[in-house]
Amino acid sequence: MREYTEKIREIAKKLLESKRVDVFIGYRKGTVAMMNEPVLIREPEKVGLLHWDSHCGLNLCNYLTKRTEKIGIVANGCNSRNIVTHILENQIKREQLYVVGIPCTGVIDHRGVQRAVQPREIEDVEDEGDAFVVRAKDFRETFKKKDFLRTNCAVCGHRNPVLFDEMVAEPVEEEKEVRPYHDVESIEKMSSEKKWAFFTQLISKCIRCYACRNACPLCYCPTCFVDESKPQWVGKSTDPTDTMTFHFLRAYHCAGRCTDCGACERVCPVGISMRQFTKKLNKDAEAYFGWEAGLRLEERPPLDVYRPDDYNDFVR
Amino acid sequence: MLKGLLEHIGLEPGRLQFSWISSAEATKFVEVAQGVAKEVNALGPATRLVKRRAEVG
Repeated sequence: MREYTEKIREIAKKLLESKRVDVFIGYRKGTVAMMNEPVLIREPEKVGLLHWDSHCGLNLCNYLTKRTEKIGIVANGCNSRNIVTHILENQIKREQLYVVGIPCTGVIDHRGVQRAVQPREIEDVEDEGDAFVVRAKDFRETFKKKDFLRTNCAVCGHRNPVLFDEMVAEPVEEEKEVRPYHDVESIEKMSSEKKWAFFTQLISKCIRCYACRNACPLCYCPTCFVDESKPQWVGKSTDPTDTMTFHFLRAYHCAGRCTDCGACERVCPVGISMRQFTKKLNKDAEAYFGWEAGLRLEERPPLDVYRPDDYNDFVR
Repeated sequence: MLKGLLEHIGLEPGRLQFSWISSAEATKFVEVAQGVAKEVNALGPATRLVKRRAEVG
């Protein structure tokens, strides 16, 4: 991954020096292991901060919304699909952007790594080809990356960017055999009672911190429905019904837009798998409309156009 | 898709129903309303996604 980092820095320097862009958005290494953070760079001499490895799990599109300057941005498969969605939803213009494409081999699930080496305190995690090395006090061990991918990365069918001006490397091979909706299908087979019990249990730990919403590039409304008080759409307590309403409505606002980038799950402080909500919608969008979000600039999303052959079996 | 999501998270099928009825379709309105009432009655009182009042005293 060192080559990626070098190449990103080189491109960013070129873009900033030539004034092709005013700001470059990328990742830098976080102060805590596996916690890379977003960074906005305006001066060419600061490109040394830029970094790429298997821990770039936040979605940088959050920083594009309604910007007016010229922007350079790094984007892997899912992030590039969010850029497309942002352009379709008029949150940014294509002409403003210089997209630096990253062929992605997945982000590592930091919780999985912590579990594997607990109770040690991890000092550093570094990529080494298909593997990564974890270092702690008097401890050093190599793990295979494919055993520690985030669940969304493990079933990803769009690793290469769909939109880019320049790639940092040759595209990687796309996974053809993945079954992204395997878990949704197993829930669909449950009885109604079991489904309710499953989802009630799933969100029972939620503390309503809204980190999932804040990390999501789709959640750019100036005032979110959960923050409004006149009218108050949903109760603000951790009452199970309020919490369930928050989760299914947040997910529903992402219907036909979610790229399964996994930022929501990554930032959840209590480890809720809220992608179970959005994945059902992604599956239905594909089944009913043949739609996967953010693949093309030429086509409007299914939920903002009417077509005479839209499915309507649910209308009695 | 909303109906699909709600039923996926465990709302009973039949609890939520959609219809399109023109103001000129009185007969259809009666049919649909009676049908919905019958199905929801069969399901009984809603217990899911219902917020209970705090029990005091």
